[in-house]
Amino acid sequence: MANHDIHLSVRKGTVHALVGENGAGKSTLMKILYGMQKPDEGTIAVDGEQVAFSSPGDAIARGIGMVHQHFMLADNLTVLENVTLGSEKLYGIGAKARRKIIEISDRYGLGVRPDVLVEELGVAERQRVEILKVLFRGARILILDEPTAVLVPQEVDALFDNLRELKAEGLSVIFISHKLGEVLSVADDITVIRRGTTVGTAVPSETTPRQLAELMVGSELPTPETSESTVTDQAVIEVDDLVVFAKGSVSMGKGSAALLMDEVERGAVRLVLDHVSFTIHAGEVMGIAGVEGNGQTELIDALIGLKAADSGAVRFMGEDITGMSTRKRRENGIGYIPEDRHRHGLLLEAPLWENRILGHVTEKPNAKGFWIDIKGAQQDTRRIVEQYDVRTPGIDVTAASLSGGNQQKLIVGREMSHKPKFLIAAHPTRGVDVGAQAQIWDQIRAARREGLAVLLISADLDELIGLSDTLRVIFNGKLVADADPATITPEELGSAMTGAASGHLENEELAEAAELEEPTENPAPDAPEDEAR
Amino acid sequence: MKKFDKERMLLAVAGPVIALVVAVALTSIVLLASGKSPIEPYTIMFQQATYSDIQVLIINQASLYYIAALAVAIGFRMNLFNIGVDGQYQLAAMMAAVVGAHVALPAVLQVPLLMITAICTGAFWAGIAGVLKVTRGVSEVVATIMLNAIATSVIAYLWLPDVFGVKLGNNNTTGEMHKSGWIPGFSMGDAGEIYGLVILAVLLGIGYWIVLNRTRFGFDLRASGASESAAAASGVDPKRMVLTAMLLSGGIAGLAGLPILLGDTHTYSLNFPTGIGFLGIGIALLGRNSPVGIAFASLLWAWLDKASPELDFHGYDKEIAVIMQGLIVIAVVVSYESVREWGLRRQQRRVGAELAAGNVLGGNDNTDKEVAGR
Repeated sequence: MANHDIHLSVRKGTVHALVGENGAGKSTLMKILYGMQKPDEGTIAVDGEQVAFSSPGDAIARGIGMVHQHFMLADNLTVLENVTLGSEKLYGIGAKARRKIIEISDRYGLGVRPDVLVEELGVAERQRVEILKVLFRGARILILDEPTAVLVPQEVDALFDNLRELKAEGLSVIFISHKLGEVLSVADDITVIRRGTTVGTAVPSETTPRQLAELMVGSELPTPETSESTVTDQAVIEVDDLVVFAKGSVSMGKGSAALLMDEVERGAVRLVLDHVSFTIHAGEVMGIAGVEGNGQTELIDALIGLKAADSGAVRFMGEDITGMSTRKRRENGIGYIPEDRHRHGLLLEAPLWENRILGHVTEKPNAKGFWIDIKGAQQDTRRIVEQYDVRTPGIDVTAASLSGGNQQKLIVGREMSHKPKFLIAAHPTRGVDVGAQAQIWDQIRAARREGLAVLLISADLDELIGLSDTLRVIFNGKLVADADPATITPEELGSAMTGAASGHLENEELAEAAELEEPTENPAPDAPEDEAR
Repeated sequence: MKKFDKERMLLAVAGPVIALVVAVALTSIVLLASGKSPIEPYTIMFQQATYSDIQVLIINQASLYYIAALAVAIGFRMNLFNIGVDGQYQLAAMMAAVVGAHVALPAVLQVPLLMITAICTGAFWAGIAGVLKVTRGVSEVVATIMLNAIATSVIAYLWLPDVFGVKLGNNNTTGEMHKSGWIPGFSMGDAGEIYGLVILAVLLGIGYWIVLNRTRFGFDLRASGASESAAAASGVDPKRMVLTAMLLSGGIAGLAGLPILLGDTHTYSLNFPTGIGFLGIGIALLGRNSPVGIAFASLLWAWLDKASPELDFHGYDKEIAVIMQGLIVIAVVVSYESVREWGLRRQQRRVGAELAAGNVLGGNDNTDKEVAGR
């Protein structure tokens, strides 16, 4: 049983938030509501009328629409084409459909332009297209699966305005999120799911995020206190003037990089990393804030060795590793928590213990010389599963059968087990519930005390601010700004991420006080090679 | 925990069994449609399998199929489609025959020399496709198909009397190989001889399993096949892996013709079996790229081949066996994919159920265990 005794009632014209840990059963519930899975017991009623869905088509016919976490849009088609795709029968694909799109867009303030190619749209606009797509099909109840995961704070606010429009028009919204602050700000009712059952409801106006989190995990939370700085002056990773072109895949030396620069000026080649320099010291967590797609992926790839630098150098523990293979880098002590765990972190159809080996096939306890040490790997997998609380019935199940958060815990456990000196942590807690999130943070903090250097990339600004010793903002392939995590607010960081601010970011009210009180709190920005470019 | 292992075994067997049942059913429909008994051909063929001379033929033929299918399977394990096994083994067999006819060393050296010749020829021919893929991004499917055609032409050239060819009547041969390169078979009395190199096929199967499942290299290869991006991130050099896998596949392919060459024909002639490389693709598919599965699949194929001629004497067409082989391949592709998806979903559900029931690894009072408690 994945779910049992679920009680959920959504009132017309409200936003109903559904919160719960990973694997608590939110996705299963949504699948049932959307007709992708059939319940074994119990009933669903829409507008008081009992219904049974055997496919998403049935759900759509009853006015239930789903906006998935991963957008399902074809980049090379226009908004109009994307919206009408698969529901051509409703309003055709021509002027009538266009009128309908504009009408919906205006009514709910979505600001969708029907004739733009989807590839030209930003993440937030794409999401609005997805919402419009669902409304176009006549949905009266919208299910939004973690809609804010990909948005910056300003965009989140805009989304919430849209949701308020929807509910003012009498539509109902089911809103799934991990971000409790957001849930409290937008929801009218909250239902908490734990271990496959509904454990309670909350009224947003009378609840704090902390109470909600405790309701979710069923116990008291550890306090996430920022401990004192552990930054040392020993440089672990030094990135010097790193340049990567969208086209370039091999290092071609300085000369050809200059040639490519000409092409960049003509607009033929895009510069995805534009003269990036920074140093991370032992015991330092450097956070990089930025809207997705501004060069973070390329930076990670260049550091782990999946993409060669077109010019510039990367030094690790004083050694030049610019041309070193990925495997050698990992053996030398670079840990890697990838952005996309399904693509880069796991073999989904392989058992957990084989996933334990992945990325560390040459290292103990996975290998004995030329041979794989199956026993050693299995034993160590059991240890990781227990120590990192990976919820699984065994280590022989495939990685695909675990929930996203548990997959992530396995990856984090695997990477930390090899005592890395430098950890590339891209969204280390993405899709992970609050309890496990705190645990992963603790692991990173503990390793940092022992001298681990961390590059932290995250869309969760609270995580960035809470965990980092230094903060940089990446925009369009450049490190455009730096900030002090002790004083910066998520809103300020969010506006810098859109390219609105550069240089050293300071909180106007706090800056003076901070300078007076703790002038040496953050030593890194004084180092010359740390200058944001 | 073991039950998930058992379940994997069950799923591994379910695919082929479903495919075979479907293929047999469809073949019977074909037979019915042509107004013939849908059962008698099978009883005839089953009866054939009880004769010892047919059994020897089946085992001999299966050894060729087995090696060719292993070569294909190595590629499959990392999502490389080596269609060129056919050209690789033919060219390799010819080169081995030529070397065997012109070099006369004692048997201890001669046999290894012939094998190395065959391995190198096969690896070289497959390596061309590998190099093209990693340097120029040419699909190995296209390159190996082309190389098959080129291999045919190269063989025709080498058969010319003023190159290496020896005309025997209307037949092109490469001349008889020196006796030191012959490998004696296991005599089965009146039933005939089993090729000595059947042992080689068995050893290759064992080696294949060990390399893939027990070595670091094998892990990297399987990881590359399961997820190219995850393998790259784990430190596998994708280009080197493609090239290595191609060379390995070609090297094994080169050996596919040797059992019959060294055990029976002792020359590469127009009568030398062709098309084994293509059959190997179907056999590797049916055998799920596993050494044991491929062994069963090879024997099945060889049985269909060697038992079907008898059908002609009972008023049936022996092509029924070919129809069945084709149907098996189609059924296999469909059934494996559906069984795989079904298995994944089933496991996901079961894991969910076990977790909800509190069966979490490593905790004794799991139901009360909370993440945040740490």
